[in-house]
Amino acid sequence: MIECQNITKTYKTGEVEFNALEGVSFKIERGEFVAIMGPSGSGKSTLMHILGALDTPTTGQYFLDGQNISLLSDDELAEIRKNKIGFVFQAFNLLARTSVLRNTVLPLVYAGINKNERALRAEIALKAAGLDEVHFNHLSNQLSGGQIQRVAIARALVNNPSLILADEPTGNLDSKTGEIVLKTFEKLNREEGRTIILITHEHDVARHTRRIIHIKDGKIEDDSNNQ
Amino acid sequence: MNFSDIFKETYISLAANKVRSGLTVLGIVIGIGSVIAMISIGEGAKTQIQTSIEDLGSNLLTIFPGVVQPGRGIVSSGRGSAQTLKNEDIETITEIEGVAAIAPEISRRFQITAATGNNTNTTVTGVETNYLFVRNLKLADGFFITDSAARGLGREAVLGSTVAKDLFGENDPIGQSIRINRVNFKVTGLLAAKGGFGFSGPDDMVLVPLSTMQKILAGADYLSTISVSVADKDRMNEVRDNINYELAKKHRVDEPDFSIISQEDILGTLSQVINTFTIFLASIAGISLLVGGIGIMNMMLTTVTERTREIGLRKAIGATKSDINRQFLAEAVALTFVGGFLGVAMGWVIAFTVTSLEIIQTSVSLYSVFLAFGVSAAIGIIFGYYPARRAASLNPIEALRYE
Repeated sequence: MIECQNITKTYKTGEVEFNALEGVSFKIERGEFVAIMGPSGSGKSTLMHILGALDTPTTGQYFLDGQNISLLSDDELAEIRKNKIGFVFQAFNLLARTSVLRNTVLPLVYAGINKNERALRAEIALKAAGLDEVHFNHLSNQLSGGQIQRVAIARALVNNPSLILADEPTGNLDSKTGEIVLKTFEKLNREEGRTIILITHEHDVARHTRRIIHIKDGKIEDDSNNQ
Repeated sequence: MNFSDIFKETYISLAANKVRSGLTVLGIVIGIGSVIAMISIGEGAKTQIQTSIEDLGSNLLTIFPGVVQPGRGIVSSGRGSAQTLKNEDIETITEIEGVAAIAPEISRRFQITAATGNNTNTTVTGVETNYLFVRNLKLADGFFITDSAARGLGREAVLGSTVAKDLFGENDPIGQSIRINRVNFKVTGLLAAKGGFGFSGPDDMVLVPLSTMQKILAGADYLSTISVSVADKDRMNEVRDNINYELAKKHRVDEPDFSIISQEDILGTLSQVINTFTIFLASIAGISLLVGGIGIMNMMLTTVTERTREIGLRKAIGATKSDINRQFLAEAVALTFVGGFLGVAMGWVIAFTVTSLEIIQTSVSLYSVFLAFGVSAAIGIIFGYYPARRAASLNPIEALRYE
């Protein structure tokens, strides 16, 4: 479902060129739960941006659902993100002082889904993310960290994406809450067959996945199944 | 993203910063409000002046001695200094076809004393019987200067209402005697108060027979003004040309040594003055509108910077450039639109207050309201455009990383 062929990404700062990725190739099948691991500066964030259609590779090909993403324009990339990708960020990025439901339906607003269906799908997604129904009409600033990240997960689920990308999703949570969030990802993968890619630098986090891709200095160092 | 969604997003984000949004809107409210108020005051003044000039008689031609210098306007026409209009001209003008009535006059300022001991310094005008009709005036009491008095150096005077009050207070002036330049006159009539605006305000004036004025008071045989009432309003220009021709012929001059001014000329000149004044006031008000617009831009730029992460998120979940652009533009336009609405209300309240304090009769015209709304929407678009573009062109990766 995901296929990366020899992807490189080069950043230019004035005269200095910096290769964030140097020929990365791998495949991820539908229903996989993968961790991309690496220390900071390893290029894992750059890889996530490319996988999330936020950026395009300098050279190489990236196929998502058979479609070549590497050559698309900004608006076409936005279209891909809208229909095929759900993001979960370390900093949650919920809209401040806005209700849980409104936050969850936001991707559907941009997708042009009508109001009744939005509410329905938002409730299903919030339940799948494990948030109690009592919180649905609360404002985002009235929730705990764990609850906020569940709303963010629900927001990532709501447009029924092919791929969920979670960038350090437990980085801002205490270990106990982080564990609960990771369990939620596990459950979504196991019970709903969601394809999930988790970007992290912590081994404790990566442990929850079934396959770990290690990246170092812009290259894949190791790609192995967990356990 | 459809309209109701944009509306909802706009409402949520503006409501999140109520004080800031409110203050920004205030700039537009003041701008639009003052434009509306200034235009309504200008329009009101114009209407008021038009009415009072039309009250003087709309088919009136006024002949002045001397030439009105082009560009100097009617006010500084130097009347009184030139002495080219004579009594003989009266006959010439009367014979011209289309002239209904003619009222020659000569004015000077004199000190006037009443038997009560009160005195005043005001314009004394020598007139004939037709004056009342031609100048569209009415008597409040007594009778006007008769033909025999006009011919026979009668010592009769008709008082304007202000003069009557100055000299006699609340007492009845009819039958009393006054001294004009140490000559005794008997008050026979009292003019009805006209109020309002005008140069030759009939309220502050004493009318005496023309012959008496020329021979006894002024000691001069010229006229300072001849007012001509034209029978048919549509033939004003024709009659004016005829007077011009006949009078120049009589005076044996090539270029007329007098000037003819119609009410329309006065109206036109005054309207022009008031229009200029209105534009002047409205432009000053417009500057505050511009400042309000800059306030909007300032707030939107702050908002875009503050909400960089949010913009990044929206882009990450699939918002296109134009989605973001529209959303921020909508916020700016919403601010100016609310400001425009409240501004119209404020302008209306100011205009209403000015009217009810009887300073000037204002009129809020529909066009100024539409103009204000149009301008406020335009300001929203113009000053919201740049911040919205800036928001839309943010790179989602950098925006998400923004601290």
